Order: sequence, then C-alpha cells, then structure tokens
Amino acid sequence: MSPGIPAPDFTLHSTPDQTVSLRDFRGRPVILAFYPADWSPVCGDQMALYNEILSEFQRYDAELLGISVDGVWSHLAFTEQRKLHFPLLADFEPKGAVARRYGVYRDGEGTTERALFVIDGDGIVRWSYVSPIGVNPGADGILRALEGLGKGKR
Amino acid sequence: MSKKRDAAVLAVPVGDDDHFQGPADAAVTLVEYGDFECPHCRRAYPIVKEVQRRLGPRLRFVFRHFPLKEVHVHAEHAAEVAEAAGAQGKFWVMHDRLFERQFALEDDNLIEYAAELGLDAARVARELAAHIYKAQVRDDFMSGVRSGVNGTPTFFINGVRYDASWDADPLAAALEVA
Repeated sequence: MSPGIPAPDFTLHSTPDQTVSLRDFRGRPVILAFYPADWSPVCGDQMALYNEILSEFQRYDAELLGISVDGVWSHLAFTEQRKLHFPLLADFEPKGAVARRYGVYRDGEGTTERALFVIDGDGIVRWSYVSPIGVNPGADGILRALEGLGKGKR
Repeated sequence: MSKKRDAAVLAVPVGDDDHFQGPADAAVTLVEYGDFECPHCRRAYPIVKEVQRRLGPRLRFVFRHFPLKEVHVHAEHAAEVAEAAGAQGKFWVMHDRLFERQFALEDDNLIEYAAELGLDAARVARELAAHIYKAQVRDDFMSGVRSGVNGTPTFFINGVRYDASWDADPLAAALEVA
C-alpha cells in the first residue's frame, strides 16, 4: 500500500454494539496502527505509548485507530486493563480481511503485521511503515508524517 | 514517501538544561529516558551505577524523563518532584531516592523524601501543587518520542539509540568502544 493510493474503506466493530468506518473520518487525518495481538507485551508497550501521546496526534486533528484480529471482547478487556483512550477495531470476521486489503496480513501466523498508515483527510495513504514484528515502531514516524500533511496539498 | 527507519538518534542533543553526572567533556555520554515508576528502570538503576563506577570520568550520564503516566499513575509527579529537587541542587539524590522507594510514590511520600533529603519541602510541595515543572517533564518526554524512544528505559550512547542488552557487562562494553 504505497503513498498516494486511496485507502481501502472498511467498517469494523470497535465494541460489541458499535462499528467504525474509515469514511467516518473524512476531512481529518487517520492513523491506522495494525498490531499482531492484544496482550502480548510488545503490543502493550506500543499501544501504551500511543495512549500517552494522543494529545499530540489531536494537535493535527488526527484520529488513531488500533486494528488487530482479536475479537471485540478481547479488545474491551485489553482497553479497560490498559486504560486506552482510543478505539481498537476487530478485524475478526472474516478474519484479517482488512489487513489483507492493506497488504499487512501474515498468513503463517494468522495475525497482522505491525504496520502503520497515515491517511489524509481525502482518504489517501500518505505514509506507511511496516516494522519488524518484534519491534515497537514508536511514534516519531507518525508525527513526522502528520507534520508533512500540513505542508502538502492540504 | 514511505521511508525506512534509520538508526534512531537523539532529536535534542545533550545540553545545559540536562541533568548529568560526570565531566561535561567525557569521552562517552550515556542518556537514559526513564520513568521512576517503571520496574525495568528500577532494575537498570544499579546497573547504570555499576557502569559509572567502571568507566569513571570517561563517562557522562544524563537522565531524561519519560513518564508513562497512563500506566504508571505516580510517574509524572515523581518526575516533577525530581525537577523540584533539581531546582534546589539535589536532582540526583532525589533520582536515587525515587528508584529506591519505587514502591511508595504517593504525593505525601514524595514530599517526605524532600524533607529527608534536606530540601525545602514546603517549596517542593508548592511547586508540585502548581505543576511548575510539568511542561519541562513533557518536553523531555516529547524529545524522547521524537528520538524514537518507544518504552522505558531507552538508552542512547553518544546520541545513537542503544538497542542491545543493558546488563552491566554488555552495556559497559558498548560504552568502552563508543
């Protein structure tokens, strides 16, 4: 999924009775953070870091969406336990379908890559990064990409 | 422009505003981004002391705040109190005290430590209540985010992120060759 390509739209559950669609955020930047699984310690660190810097993302009016193949009940428990303040989406049924459309599904493992996408207000992918699976990619790349949006056509 | 990640480097070079131990012109500078409530940082604390002993005046050690306050609810106030102690010339004794008493970091505890360490505890309490050093702690945190810090502790040796083991032997060895 290279920069300049329209981001595939999707609708996924964020809680047992709520769904989130990418198009809901048209007009604002969106950060998609695919991660392999709730509860694994590395993921916890990555989501914990993003949780700390939500206010920085909000400076760019950007919405952060975490996505994994875990189900809504796992996401709910994980969100509560880690006190996360952003939605986690369940790419659960059909499993990994959204990750596949973004080219970040790992067939052998049955999980997504640890992949980041920054999508602009027009729904165009402007930056992406796939991290080695065991490595927390941090947030510096996301922040640079959000800064770059301001200097582009928007 | 999708880009490959280069080796992470310090976005904000070590400067006069930093708390450091060791000579300013030391051959090697070790920077830690740490959180006083983080158990891994607690484990790193005596290890850093050990490598400081081994390298002596060849090493300058810098501590910057990276409080993960959503998971460590006392970490931000602890960092602010360390800065308040720093304003009275006692950053490092407070830094040590906070790691040694990591199990007790309520606001009352923090003020107690200030009194025990011979600080003007009333002033520390006032400065904590007014969050005088909150922005400074946040500046450290954001400089860490910009530098690719993604958890605690994260170390930088001469400005480049050190991703290998920070047990005493490998860390000292990396510092020796830096």
